[in-house]
Amino acid sequence: MPHPTSHTRARAIALPAPVAIPVQALLPWAVFGLVLSVVLLYFVGAEQGAISLISGQEVHEFVHDGRHLLGFPCH
Amino acid sequence: MIAGRLLGRGMLAGCAAAALAFLFARIFGEPQVALAIAFEASRHAAEAAHHAAEPELVSRTVQASYGLLTAVVLYGTGFGGLFALVFAYAYGRLNLWSPRALALLLAGAGFLTVVLVPDLKYPPNPPAVGVHATLAFRTATYFAMIGLSISVAAIATLIGQKITQTRGAWTGTLCGAGLFIALIALVQFGLPDVNEVPDGFPAVVLWRFREASIGMQLVLWGTMGLLFGALATPVLADRTAPSRR
Repeated sequence: MPHPTSHTRARAIALPAPVAIPVQALLPWAVFGLVLSVVLLYFVGAEQGAISLISGQEVHEFVHDGRHLLGFPCH
Repeated sequence: MIAGRLLGRGMLAGCAAAALAFLFARIFGEPQVALAIAFEASRHAAEAAHHAAEPELVSRTVQASYGLLTAVVLYGTGFGGLFALVFAYAYGRLNLWSPRALALLLAGAGFLTVVLVPDLKYPPNPPAVGVHATLAFRTATYFAMIGLSISVAAIATLIGQKITQTRGAWTGTLCGAGLFIALIALVQFGLPDVNEVPDGFPAVVLWRFREASIGMQLVLWGTMGLLFGALATPVLADRTAPSRR
């Protein structure tokens, strides 16, 4: 790290310090975002592979190339 | 509300980064997928091969274009959301960096823990590599590897932060990184190996496919970090405390 921006100096020259977002404000969005993201990633990565919520092979076949190239195990 | 705005912008950044990653995968990944499928077809010409002989539910053209794009966009949007949440928690807690610098740091950490470290143990495989009967086992070990990688990164970061408080950022960061490497080595040594490359599969195709896969992820995470940093800066403009007023 270049010298003028080192931790203690930055305070000395009054650079604005970031203020953390309180956990209470974060929590509802964290739960919502986590659920949403996991659903999205599940359909790319595992549906109609190791686990099947929807019968058939259409989801698997449609995202087939992406599943391979993104590194998920696929048949 | 600020967390919600960050979440939305994270998903947006991930979605846009995915478009770029799609182009990369389309150019560098798809030719290798095609070669792997050609190998599979020639090998199982007689029996009903998964790709070649079965009636196709989705054509190869669609798989390599809209299918690939959809998969990468869903993946980018999903990880964009998770990334934004980690960022929202780390901002003002992990270090005192600007949103842009923190976003790039976290994107690098995300690529390392979610992609590179799991890929070292369970590398991405093209079609024709992998036995169908072991799919459930491979899926479980792969996701376990990702979960353990993220957990180890979190532990190493927390301990590194503790050491930083008493010994300074240099020592703290080095200790955290060392601990991460040691724990990952232990985890990867303990997890079972998978060795299912069929006889005669061209080594160059396997290597190029894995290069393309990791390269595409690098494009995705790098673009996402840069883009999110730019998008998050205006959101966080008033969340700073100048030390003199």
